[in-house]
Amino acid sequence: MNSKRVVTAVAAGAAVVMGLSACGGGSTSTGGSTNGSGGSSTTAAFNAALGQVFNPSDKKGGVIKVANADKWDSVDPGDTYYAYSWNFARLYTRSLTMFKPAAGKGSAELVPDLAESLGVPSDGGKTWTYKLRKGVKFEDGTPVTSKDVKYGVLRSIDKEVLPNGPSYFKNTLAWPDGYQGPYKNKDANTDSAIETPDDSTIVFHLKASFGGFDYFAMIPQTAPVQEAKDTGKKYKEHVLATGPYKFSTNEIDKGFKLVRNDQWDAATDPNRKALPDGYEVSMNVNADDIDNRLIQGDVQVDVQGTGVQAASLSRVLGDPTLKGQADNPSTTRLWYTGINPTVAPFDNKACREAVEYAADRTAYQTAFGGPFSGGDIATQLMPPAVPGAQKFDLYPAGPDNKGDVAKAKEKLAECGHADGFETNIGYRSDRPREKATAEALQQSLGRAGIKLTLKAYPSGDYFSQFAGNPPFVRANNLGLVQNGWMADWNDGYGFLAELVDSRVIRETGGSTNTSVRIPEVDQMLDKAVSETDKSKREGDWSAIDKRVMEEAVILPGVHGKSLLLRGKGLTNVFVSEAYGMYDYLSLGMA
Amino acid sequence: MTAPPEVTGSAASADPEATLHGMSGKAIQGRSLGQIAWLRLKRDKVAMGGAVVIVLLILFAVAGLLLDRVFGVVHPNEFHQDLIDTQNGTLVPLGTFGGMSPEHPLGVEPVNGRDIFSRIFAGAWISLLIATLSTVLSVLIGTTLGVIAGYFGGWVDTLISRAMDVFLAFPLLVFAMALVGVLPDSILGLPPEMVRIGMLIFIIGFFNWPYIGRIVRGQTLSLREREFVDAARSLGARGPYILVRELLPNLVAPILVYATLLIPTNILFESALSFLGVGINAPTATWGGMLSEASRFYTLPHFMLWPGVAIFITVLAFNLFGDGLRDALDPRAR
Repeated sequence: MNSKRVVTAVAAGAAVVMGLSACGGGSTSTGGSTNGSGGSSTTAAFNAALGQVFNPSDKKGGVIKVANADKWDSVDPGDTYYAYSWNFARLYTRSLTMFKPAAGKGSAELVPDLAESLGVPSDGGKTWTYKLRKGVKFEDGTPVTSKDVKYGVLRSIDKEVLPNGPSYFKNTLAWPDGYQGPYKNKDANTDSAIETPDDSTIVFHLKASFGGFDYFAMIPQTAPVQEAKDTGKKYKEHVLATGPYKFSTNEIDKGFKLVRNDQWDAATDPNRKALPDGYEVSMNVNADDIDNRLIQGDVQVDVQGTGVQAASLSRVLGDPTLKGQADNPSTTRLWYTGINPTVAPFDNKACREAVEYAADRTAYQTAFGGPFSGGDIATQLMPPAVPGAQKFDLYPAGPDNKGDVAKAKEKLAECGHADGFETNIGYRSDRPREKATAEALQQSLGRAGIKLTLKAYPSGDYFSQFAGNPPFVRANNLGLVQNGWMADWNDGYGFLAELVDSRVIRETGGSTNTSVRIPEVDQMLDKAVSETDKSKREGDWSAIDKRVMEEAVILPGVHGKSLLLRGKGLTNVFVSEAYGMYDYLSLGMA
Repeated sequence: MTAPPEVTGSAASADPEATLHGMSGKAIQGRSLGQIAWLRLKRDKVAMGGAVVIVLLILFAVAGLLLDRVFGVVHPNEFHQDLIDTQNGTLVPLGTFGGMSPEHPLGVEPVNGRDIFSRIFAGAWISLLIATLSTVLSVLIGTTLGVIAGYFGGWVDTLISRAMDVFLAFPLLVFAMALVGVLPDSILGLPPEMVRIGMLIFIIGFFNWPYIGRIVRGQTLSLREREFVDAARSLGARGPYILVRELLPNLVAPILVYATLLIPTNILFESALSFLGVGINAPTATWGGMLSEASRFYTLPHFMLWPGVAIFITVLAFNLFGDGLRDALDPRAR
């Protein structure tokens, strides 16, 4: 090894960064807000891959090393529900549509992938038709037909065999009565839900009209699967690739290798560059170790894309060279505290408002990881990146955002607890940020006389048994509950439906929404879903947001951000706004 | 182990040789078992050092209990986010050595800026209380059942021994987590914190008794065949008398030694439970809790150093004292 060369390279890099910061670092502000799919940069600077492409290149070759601190839920396209997994699955599968692999706002756009064009709606949005591209083949050389796409969707609705994926197709398509998927009802006629008039046409029939069906078509569940090659639960051991890469080895829950798929034809695929020769993926790697290896260059991608660990935070932000290798994208995640109106005295609106006023938002933000790793202080539900989001603040927290204690005390007097009251706050015991936030709230609400007792619950059963279980919440006086929510895709419906619709709350537990029970909001949601005009619909989302905040049943905390490290040696790096992490489809290594 | 021959009588009835060694005219005092052990212990500088540290720790812990009320020190749960770097987003304490200053002699925690010194202070009594009381509980149960099993043998022994096996194989952490879930906030009007402390003492103490129980049972098995027990029995002594008057005094040494060695283990066990979220409720400071929080910030050594040092000193002091105690009570075991 030539250590001398490494040293000079680092020194040169540091000099470039220092030169940039001397100019005022103006380039950092270009991220996100500009339309920016055209920009590019080759100098390592903070946010250099945000809103523009860092190190653009068309050179092929090299192997990208990928590490995962956990394991995949499944690499089977019909059985996976992590954003990073959807992002990564595009390397070996092709679904009907996909998020455009582009920097900046462009990445939130849907483009056709396996289909020739986006879906064609008819029957007022109840029927959606897609035409498949010609010449697409599986890795074994079999041509892809619309029957394979249909079979991929059919198998994904059997939640006993493939439990992990989302249930959008299961819930929205016009299935025959009692249909439970191809494993249980092998030869059932499913033409009422999906028709395949010829080998290149697929038609979806919905129960009710839905304008955003192209988002459903983006889910890896629409990736083609050959019925003859399907092995049910075991299909994840050998997924037949349609994308530019296929599995060469695959040790479940340990790691796998991807190599080039010689049956993939670039002529059928305008979206994929397929630059590296392969990928080496290892799972269950210690999260702190991944950070260190990213910094050293032994690993290029932390596939989960949630950002560096607490220990590395100070290291990266405190070192100009490392900071130059980092990007700080916003995610569409809201971290918040639910205020349960089912728990006295929060049945009284003024008592809930007292919490909104008394909370120290700056302390909340710091406890959640600060402005870089935690996020921006939130005053409403919808993150700014969600179309239709409007910024408003119903409970001004004073000039320094540290809470308005006087106003909180006023509200307490109004609700008949002038001297305050006692309640509990629930959080997930293995999430240090939620714990720190609960401690911060204990301090800041304590100023107004609201005494909190902290209750830690295991995250595995957090929603089914504890904080998301209404009888448990009532019995244990869980007035406040730490929570977080991110939509499956960037859209008002996706963000709000699970979060504020009271009809998703089940007495048996399991729902994310724990505190929003406003009949009027349910009606507003129904109205917005059936609204066909896009701008009107987006206005409706914001109105719902405001209505929920008026009831003070949610204390918004932060709109999440994450601090990502660009792997050393990577080319074509950019953050995909659709996934809130690097776009894994376009990376190069040469 | 045998009971040492009783040294009784006085210089007057002793052999003449004895007077040659004794100080002229001064009578040689008889010494009990305890006195001999105490003399030996006093000569053991290391053990006495451990004992002194333990006494200081207890004083420290009592002081910690009265901390904010009497001493007016910074409250251990109070946030000082003005002392950490929120500007650059690193969330580490401003200044050198983890934000050490006259107000915060051991620095402050990252993220929330709580004073480490007062948290170490406040954590002392909880760590010691839980460790000591759970040890007492283990010793009580373990000794009672161990002696009964060892002395009576037969089906009683089989029953108790199998019970020990069951307890040893019990998935303790899973049980602790389940118990936390079902336990109500307050029992008999006690505040939640007291309920949690009581629960931890119960879990740690109740499930650790088989270890000491086995040692006591084994010792009893060998002791009950000894001559002095036979002698007592032939004089007409019955079970309870022999258990309490003949066997127990001879078991004091291993029990005491094992208890002093169990305390540090329990301190560490409490840390493990805190780490899993089933320890003392946040934000109450415990050394174990501080340590597990610090492990996320391995790049900030000071944060881990102080609770680590506190646990280290405590564990070492109890271990040294326990070692010395064993040597003093049973010199041949050296």
